[in-house]
Amino acid sequence: FLAFSLCPGAGQDVGRSCILVSIAGKNVMLDCGMHMGYNDDRRFPDFSYITQNGRLTDFLDCVIISHFHLDHCGALPYFSEMVGYDGPIYMTHPTKAICPILLEDYRKITVDKKGETNFFTSQMIKDCMKKVVAVHLHQTVQVDEELEIKAYYAGHVLGAAMFQIKVGCESVVYTGDYNMTPDRHLGAAWIDKCRPDLLISESTYATTIRDSKRCRERDFLKKVHETVERGGKVLIPVFALGRAQELCILLETFWERMNLKAPIYFSTGLTEKANHYYKLFITWTNQKIRKTFVQRNMFEFKHIKAFDRAFADNPGPMVVFATPGMLHAGQSLQIFRKWAGNEKNMVIMPGYCVQGTVGHKILSGQRKLEMEGRQILEVKMQVEYMSFSAHADAKGIMQLIRQAEPRNVLLVHGEAKKMEFLKQKIEQEFHVSCYMPANGETTTIFTNPSIPVDISLGLLKREAAIGPVPDAKKPKLMHGTLLMKDNSFRLVSPEQALKELGLAEHQLRFTCRVHIQDPRKEHETVLRVYNHLKGVLKDYSVQHLPDGSITVESILIQATAHSEDQGTKVLLVSWTYQDEELGSYLTSLLKKGLPQSTS
Amino acid sequence: MAAHLKKRVYEEFTKVVQQQHEDLSTKKLRLTKPSKSAALHVDLCKATSPADALQYLLQFARKPVEVESVEGVVRILLEHYYKENDASVRLKIASLLGLLSKTAGFSPDCIMDDAINTLQNEKSHQVLAQLLDTLLVIGTKLPENPSVRMRLVEVACKHLTDSSHGVRNKCLQLIGCLGPVEKGVAKEAESQAAKDVQKIIGDHFNDQDPRVRTAAIKAMLQLHERGLKLQQAIYSQACKLLADDYEQVRSAAVQLIWVLSQLYPESIVPIPSSNEEIRLVDDAFGKICHMVSDGSWVVRVQAAKLLGSMQQVSSHFLEQTLDKKLMSDLRRKRTAHERAKELYSSGEFSSGRKWGDDAPKEEIDTGAVNLIESGACGAFVHGLEDEMYEVRIAAVEALCMLAQSSPSFAEKCLDFLVDMFNDEIEEVRLQSIHTMRKISHNITLREDQLDTVLAVLEDSSRDIREALHELLCCTNVSTKEGIHLALVELLKNLTKYPTDRESIWKCLKFLGSRHPTLVLPLVPELLSTHPFFDTPEPDMDDPAYIAVLVLIFNAAKSCPTMPALFSDHTFRHYAYLRDSLSHLVPPLRLPGRKLVSSPVSPSITPHEDPSQQFLHQSLERVYNLQHLDPQGIQELLEFTIRDLQRLGELQSELAGMADFTATYLQCQLLLIKALQEKLWNVAAPLYLKQNALASAAAKQILDETYKMEFMYSGVESRQVVIIHHMRLQAKALQLIVTARTTRGVEPLFGMCEKFLQEVDSFQRCFISELPHMQGSFVDKLLDLMPRLVTSKPSEVVKILQTTLRQSTFLHLPLPEQLHRATANIIEPTGESDNPLRFTSGLVVALDVDATLEHVQDPQGTVKVQVLYPDGQAQLIHPKPADFRNPGPGRYRLITQVYLSHTAWTEPCQIEVRLLLAYNSNRSKASARIPKSTWNESLEALPPSENGIEGTIPFSKPVKVYIMPKPARR
Repeated sequence: FLAFSLCPGAGQDVGRSCILVSIAGKNVMLDCGMHMGYNDDRRFPDFSYITQNGRLTDFLDCVIISHFHLDHCGALPYFSEMVGYDGPIYMTHPTKAICPILLEDYRKITVDKKGETNFFTSQMIKDCMKKVVAVHLHQTVQVDEELEIKAYYAGHVLGAAMFQIKVGCESVVYTGDYNMTPDRHLGAAWIDKCRPDLLISESTYATTIRDSKRCRERDFLKKVHETVERGGKVLIPVFALGRAQELCILLETFWERMNLKAPIYFSTGLTEKANHYYKLFITWTNQKIRKTFVQRNMFEFKHIKAFDRAFADNPGPMVVFATPGMLHAGQSLQIFRKWAGNEKNMVIMPGYCVQGTVGHKILSGQRKLEMEGRQILEVKMQVEYMSFSAHADAKGIMQLIRQAEPRNVLLVHGEAKKMEFLKQKIEQEFHVSCYMPANGETTTIFTNPSIPVDISLGLLKREAAIGPVPDAKKPKLMHGTLLMKDNSFRLVSPEQALKELGLAEHQLRFTCRVHIQDPRKEHETVLRVYNHLKGVLKDYSVQHLPDGSITVESILIQATAHSEDQGTKVLLVSWTYQDEELGSYLTSLLKKGLPQSTS
Repeated sequence: MAAHLKKRVYEEFTKVVQQQHEDLSTKKLRLTKPSKSAALHVDLCKATSPADALQYLLQFARKPVEVESVEGVVRILLEHYYKENDASVRLKIASLLGLLSKTAGFSPDCIMDDAINTLQNEKSHQVLAQLLDTLLVIGTKLPENPSVRMRLVEVACKHLTDSSHGVRNKCLQLIGCLGPVEKGVAKEAESQAAKDVQKIIGDHFNDQDPRVRTAAIKAMLQLHERGLKLQQAIYSQACKLLADDYEQVRSAAVQLIWVLSQLYPESIVPIPSSNEEIRLVDDAFGKICHMVSDGSWVVRVQAAKLLGSMQQVSSHFLEQTLDKKLMSDLRRKRTAHERAKELYSSGEFSSGRKWGDDAPKEEIDTGAVNLIESGACGAFVHGLEDEMYEVRIAAVEALCMLAQSSPSFAEKCLDFLVDMFNDEIEEVRLQSIHTMRKISHNITLREDQLDTVLAVLEDSSRDIREALHELLCCTNVSTKEGIHLALVELLKNLTKYPTDRESIWKCLKFLGSRHPTLVLPLVPELLSTHPFFDTPEPDMDDPAYIAVLVLIFNAAKSCPTMPALFSDHTFRHYAYLRDSLSHLVPPLRLPGRKLVSSPVSPSITPHEDPSQQFLHQSLERVYNLQHLDPQGIQELLEFTIRDLQRLGELQSELAGMADFTATYLQCQLLLIKALQEKLWNVAAPLYLKQNALASAAAKQILDETYKMEFMYSGVESRQVVIIHHMRLQAKALQLIVTARTTRGVEPLFGMCEKFLQEVDSFQRCFISELPHMQGSFVDKLLDLMPRLVTSKPSEVVKILQTTLRQSTFLHLPLPEQLHRATANIIEPTGESDNPLRFTSGLVVALDVDATLEHVQDPQGTVKVQVLYPDGQAQLIHPKPADFRNPGPGRYRLITQVYLSHTAWTEPCQIEVRLLLAYNSNRSKASARIPKSTWNESLEALPPSENGIEGTIPFSKPVKVYIMPKPARR
């Protein structure tokens, strides 16, 4: 069976992703995320769930990180350095490159700015990263003798991957976050027909079917273009990684195509480092970027330059990407305050904003904002909302299930009510069972493992030669001896088995007595039986031996008169166990009695 | 004598030549390669090891084998085959057998029995597969022998149980290619082997090996291609294969389903898991749509392509392909397209979108939502959003084909096509623009759609912009705002990319003539006229103003009230533009003005006839007046040529025809002039000047004939004869002139020989045309041929001279359509005074942009020539990819030419021009000579057949100012 348990991470909740899978005696932890909403202990998953006593390293065989978002890898240094885990951690190359940048950035904000203690240090991030083993796409990594993992492309963000975990013939696919429609810089998730026992899929957009991306892109570009042509300034608050790169590519290609001259700026900081990695990992991007990078790497932006604080006051049109995305602090807010008063300008919010942030306020239509120091800021600039999300929608999830053909599906990372809908749909469409465990809940899924058995070629050929042509779709009966030795199964010919085990061959014979009512002499009875069998078994060699017995192939039939009742003849049928099939058929045939016509 | 000769020519011409050829080649073969088979035999016997033998065979395979010795070689190979133990050598022999049976002219039925025999004892699977392949070749070579085919199919069926996939593969392929197609024949032949081929192949649809499954499907498709009607029962089997694990199987299965859907569109199939039934074509459409979201992109491309050709599908299925029910949190959401439409119909256009504008509205019944539909839902939505551009292009093409046959679908798919204008790959954008143009007769653009379309006008790619202009030419716009918007955007485009001038004007021409009533209310605004005040007269040279005028004048053509709104200067500008840009400005009936173009009545048909008539009349006049005095002929010719040239300038449709004939007459005139010179009889030293004139004329005629042959498209063989004839005359003239001027007989011998050879080849090439050439130069020459062959050069010359004078003037029949190849270099313009500076020794890239018209195969023939002031010339072959094909007969060459030179002291001009390369081998005449496959026989052709290569300049040269600077050290 396959046990599956959820750490107090993401179950029916968007936040910390942390999943524990036990598969054929191996324990694997999938993702190690943190909750961005909390500032106390609830921030990290409760690792004491995994093992009450004993070290994590002994219990877990490996940890797999699907991508670099903090809700999937944020608790990693805490887990490996503070709780203590020394085993291997697997992630893809881009994730390994970008993950520490984000962790360091997050650490700086919590420790240096908010002054929190009891948080991991830079050194811990470095130490943690030393434990990471990077994997390539479609590379099968042998974690130990039996456990192997394989990464598939997942879209979503650079380096995001889905992982197949396989022990023997049991397998699990964990999707992490994925995107089934390509965007401007990444391709779509893809998996082969690997038919896992279980598919663990995220379900953030379980009840949404999204519109084509093109309309939104076009709207976005048109708005920016119009504003720039009018001479206005455009502010796009973004988070540093992920969507920001998509929007950059989008604007960059548009500028190129339309021959526009207005400058585009990107607020510096960790973005520059990250952009560097985007340039390096071209193979992880979409078809267009991969095909054209020989002429020009799309991430080497021609039109997008680094932003300097002083540029905000420059006259003339410009487009600025600034962090953070919700306009709650930092550079984006500063620029916003400068530009808010002019109705020619525009701010485009490319994502969702948490309640209480400036972003949320302006999106809900508030035109007068109270800033620190009792200042009232009047917002005259246009406010636009454009959502660019990189999660698979309901259709995408179904499409992935169709591609992978799993035997069971398990939904995580979503809201219970929405998941219920998708669950019902999955069960209805694919006729597979679907689970949606709550936080901390353990789900057990029983599998039906097929056990591979080695067979010698000689035996296979010999057995295959008997009977009709081999057909893949029909099971075929084979004779042989199953040897279970040293944890391996082998099917060998009986002679070889005897030789290997050093045993002498024993003849096993079945004998059966069949009573037949026949008043005639014994040899006449025999003759009748012989004629009858000869008539029925046309394909077999039936012989009447001179000593008064009959042989059908190697089966011997003898008739004697019953000691008490001379009218009853006793037929002795004897066969070796190899002929069991024919022997039992023969007995049942004889039990039916002889046909009356001959008598 | 002459009559006898002629008779011989007519009777035996083709035979004689061919026999000669054969004799020649066989003779030659026996001399050089006494017996190839023997050599092979010796080699193979010498071979000590299998590796050796393999080497010999490989060497042997490199050289071709003659038809006669094929059978012998095959025997030797087979003999060796039976002796050979090594499988690899047997494999090679088997493949050689196949190769040999392909030899043209060899009938392989004599070796078939042997080939089948070899199969019996063969153990190696690879060799078996190869042998079956050989049998396939043999079978395909004997198409009209059903019993042989039957036998082969039987052999194949026997081996279908083989355990190797390769053998089964080949067997299926063989059955597919050779299996009996007509039912009747099968019944008669043998009932035994006429087992249903389809069933045999169908049984292998569930083979355990995916390669065999693929081969089985392919074999089935092959049968279909050969005309066998597939049974409908296969459909359900094929549907199961759509879920196969292997992409090649799925891809082939999609094809098979498509074929079946075309064969049985109307039959009814049940829907599994319900009691309903639908048409087969609908069911197949749904299934193929499903494959558009397959895991493998190869299958996706295949599926998307095939969708386009399923036109019988019912319309509600078709429309589902564009439907993807959006929802958010289980509530129905409208697509952006629907919102745009609503905004538009509510009269509120381009409102800024607020947050939550797309907020979901009604609740959805959870049971009713199908996430992965079994039907066609959203197939195109997925296809157009696909990751691979190949799939997107295929989807756009399919959309195009379906929309062309269904106007309602065209209307619906418009939004999606417009969306594709913003694809990240240029090819996809271009393709969708072209698609839109193709379906434009079915659609009218809404204003918001037009807006999106026009936004693409700013694209930096010229191809995209031009495609868009073409699209706008044939678009229907619904409102006057739309027209205004289009005009504004086009003018914006014009200021941003001034090189698009011509294309924009053309676009506005059509836009105006298509929407006169929509333009009418815009006229005062566009011309900025004012009811009370006179406005300043706009600058006549401003391209933007010309653009506006083009729009208005074309609209005014069918809107007689419009000229009333024009101000005075508009009329003046009209007159100017009508003259300078006559192709863009139509004739207008203007009130109060004398009709400038009154003779040119609006209807075209009666107008075309007179000029055509004129053309024919003038030609007839020339052809009839053969017996006029030389002076008269010359004058008449001169006048006619002048007339024709003028006609060509006036009537663009007849330009090709007129030029062509004028050139021909010009040649004739030159010939006559050269012959009429009185100084022919003067002693050699005295007519140096005369000589110059005559030889120049000969040369010019030669040049002109090449132009006539290669520069015009639509030239037929009738014309080619005349052209060649003229060339022959020019050559004769050349010969005479040379004979007159050179001393000594030696060089003359060669020339005479060559000339006679040419006459000979002319005769061979155009034998069928000779009867039409009574009284011509060649006709007379052929009569005198026996005499010519035997006589001395000086005599030959004398004969030639008299024949040339006496020969009549051949009538040049005109083909239906004749167009002269023209080229126009748009860029560089040659107007720049700023020299292109670069460091000497390095290269500078010069962008060349030219339009080509009526050029056949421009990729092979058009070259760019660069002439440096020092006389150095450089010839550049543009890449095939540099030629674009915007319309039939039109090409556009956009290429880069690399210039380099040593340092100059001051800037100087170079000349860039386009050349048309020709090779007389490629001409239509020589195509008739059967070309044999082996190289040896080509050598046997007379040297004159090796074509003359040359180039014809066919564009005005453009001067470019360049300045190579000395390198600084």
